[in-house]
Amino acid sequence: MSKRIGMEIALAAAEAVALCKPDVVAAYPITPNTHIPEHLSDIVAEGRIDTDFICVESEHSALSACCGASGAGARAFTATSSQGLLYMAEIVPVVPSMRLPIVMAIGNRAVSGPINIWNDHSDIMSQRDSGWISLFAADGQETIDMMIQAFKIAEHRDVMLPVNVNLDGFQLTHVVEPMMLPDQKEVDRFLPAYKPYAALHPDNIVSMGALGMPDIFNEAAMAKDQALINSKKVILEVWKEWEEQFGRKYEPIGAYRMKGAEVALLTLGSMGDTAEVAVDELRDKGVKAGLLKMKLWRPFPVEELIKAVKGLTSLAVIDRSAPFGGACGPVCAEVKAVLYDQKERPAITNHIIGLGGRDIVVGDFVKIVEQAISAQKKKPKEAYEIYGVRGS
Amino acid sequence: MDAIHRKYLRMDKLPHIWCPGCGNGIIMGSFIRAIDRLGYDQDSVAAVSGIGCSGRITGYMDFNTLHTTHGRALAFATGLKMAKPGLKVFVFMGDGDATAIGGNHLIHACRRNIDMTAIIFNNHIYGMTGGQYSPTTPRDAYATTAPYGTMDPHFDIAKLCVGAGASYVARGTSYHAKMLTDLIVEGAEHKGFSVIEIITHCPVNFGRRNELETPVDMLLWQKDHALRMAKAAKMTDDELKDRFVIGRIHRADIPEYVEEYDRLIEMVRKGDTDRG
Ligand SMILES: Cc1ncc(C[n+]2csc(CCOP(=O)(O)OP(=O)(O)O)c2C)c(N)n1
Ligand code: SF4
Repeated sequence: MSKRIGMEIALAAAEAVALCKPDVVAAYPITPNTHIPEHLSDIVAEGRIDTDFICVESEHSALSACCGASGAGARAFTATSSQGLLYMAEIVPVVPSMRLPIVMAIGNRAVSGPINIWNDHSDIMSQRDSGWISLFAADGQETIDMMIQAFKIAEHRDVMLPVNVNLDGFQLTHVVEPMMLPDQKEVDRFLPAYKPYAALHPDNIVSMGALGMPDIFNEAAMAKDQALINSKKVILEVWKEWEEQFGRKYEPIGAYRMKGAEVALLTLGSMGDTAEVAVDELRDKGVKAGLLKMKLWRPFPVEELIKAVKGLTSLAVIDRSAPFGGACGPVCAEVKAVLYDQKERPAITNHIIGLGGRDIVVGDFVKIVEQAISAQKKKPKEAYEIYGVRGS
Repeated sequence: MDAIHRKYLRMDKLPHIWCPGCGNGIIMGSFIRAIDRLGYDQDSVAAVSGIGCSGRITGYMDFNTLHTTHGRALAFATGLKMAKPGLKVFVFMGDGDATAIGGNHLIHACRRNIDMTAIIFNNHIYGMTGGQYSPTTPRDAYATTAPYGTMDPHFDIAKLCVGAGASYVARGTSYHAKMLTDLIVEGAEHKGFSVIEIITHCPVNFGRRNELETPVDMLLWQKDHALRMAKAAKMTDDELKDRFVIGRIHRADIPEYVEEYDRLIEMVRKGDTDRG
């Protein structure tokens, strides 16, 4: 039976990973994800799981070691943040190409510079097109659930792709919340033992990571793309199974008070919880506001987005990383690309907020919704705004 | 604080973030006194650092400073020295910074013998991230990632650097602060790649877990375990067990990289490419 726990979310994430009994964990410390592998190393040391824990000398080695382990048929896990993810970047796109179902937790943190240890999404957005499945947790419970779901999705025969689970640094990693932690029996029932499709073995020789000449590269890219697009079907199935077993519902884009909404916010990660309060306040004032909380970032939930914005006149897309000279933030770019072909679509505004740990409070979302409503009548001059810049 | 220290510190950036009792402040003091003794103009000094508690040092000192990314300080510094050979370059790194994530750069800087002084704060642990074991954590020592003691063999930084080709290698401690100043002066004056490994104390993330409860215990441990070269030479392997040598360990007179580079260019310009 699941147990009610009150725990720092990073530790809970480690407990959830432990329930999945990884064969290998390789990690290098970096704030704010550090407590995840550190707590896993405690769990290993206590003998609660039979896992090889490798204290590597860098993130580059962490993901490389996971590749080796996964290639040999092991269930492998790593975790990182910010510069650590960037330092892994050489290996990151290799993993899906080799179809290795590694799971990684990312305690999202701003990338340098200036050097900053606090939260935003610039780390994962830099790896946006690397071919991983990307999930975003909004709170502690979603973190636990997604950690476990991630292994099942990744290892599904029709998927065989790596999954990263994003949890906001500090806002989630270092916060204590009440959560339900499934027990071993429940997880064993949900998550079958990993059966590798192909594994490096002296008796059964396979070749991984081979050179792809121009005559095969297009096809390899297409295969990677199709695998990722097709994974959505499995993700939805896995979420359905999760709901049946644990009673908690997961959707690519969660809806909060969207019934009859004319204006909505679209958020990723933990901002959603703050935005809910703003929506309540706005509804109390008679504003027909709603909230879309995106949980599936890759593969991008195209159909779900089209459906979700039906009936809206304004949509405020929130990005937590800056596009620096781009047309708009990464989330908004996707949203606009998807909605461009739609006959009816809301007026879209893009707000870049919460960079490098800048606090975002309920009132900020209220203001943004008001801006989005007025943008419907008068289009803003700029395609996006970096919200809350002092002195501007 | 006396005038010498004030002169070289960015007073508006103090107080520093280091824990009470940390060895980093002692090292910064020794370094400042070394620069003062060397008589370098502040603007001719470039202080480069990586990331870690040790890396914060460049924020506090008033030179040309460059705070880089974790492990890459030497690579940044190499570019800096090549572009501006006139600068006196000092590179500050932690043991993790220099030998784990940045180990590659360390051996290549040694191999090139480029004229700069690497100052490595060896506190035997990843201090900043909360006490995970590093490549220099002694075998069997405790760390957050080694609750039963570290099983990985560790690097001897000084030996590693001698092996990789550094032309000046010394080891000091945060206890022998005066000697440390001497070693920094000697390393800076040496032409080529100089490494000063400093055995320093991190009471918060190393000492507490390893039966050295206070900063004083850690300093006394250094005092009891450090040996001068001359004394060590007369001792048996058994007596040397668990002890470490301090002082100048290695000095060689070999061609320096920037000078060699300039010499090659000069040679090619003159059309003198026959290497005989
Ligand atoms: C690429 C990357 N990985 C990880 C980190 C996190 N990190 C910051 S400092 C540090 C290690 C600190 O140990 P050390 O280099 O020995 O220096 P100390 O703090 O002990 O002075 C780590 C792992 C980082 N900043 N960048
Ligand atoms: S953690 Fe250790 S190295 Fe870092 S400031 Fe504190 S005592 Fe010094």
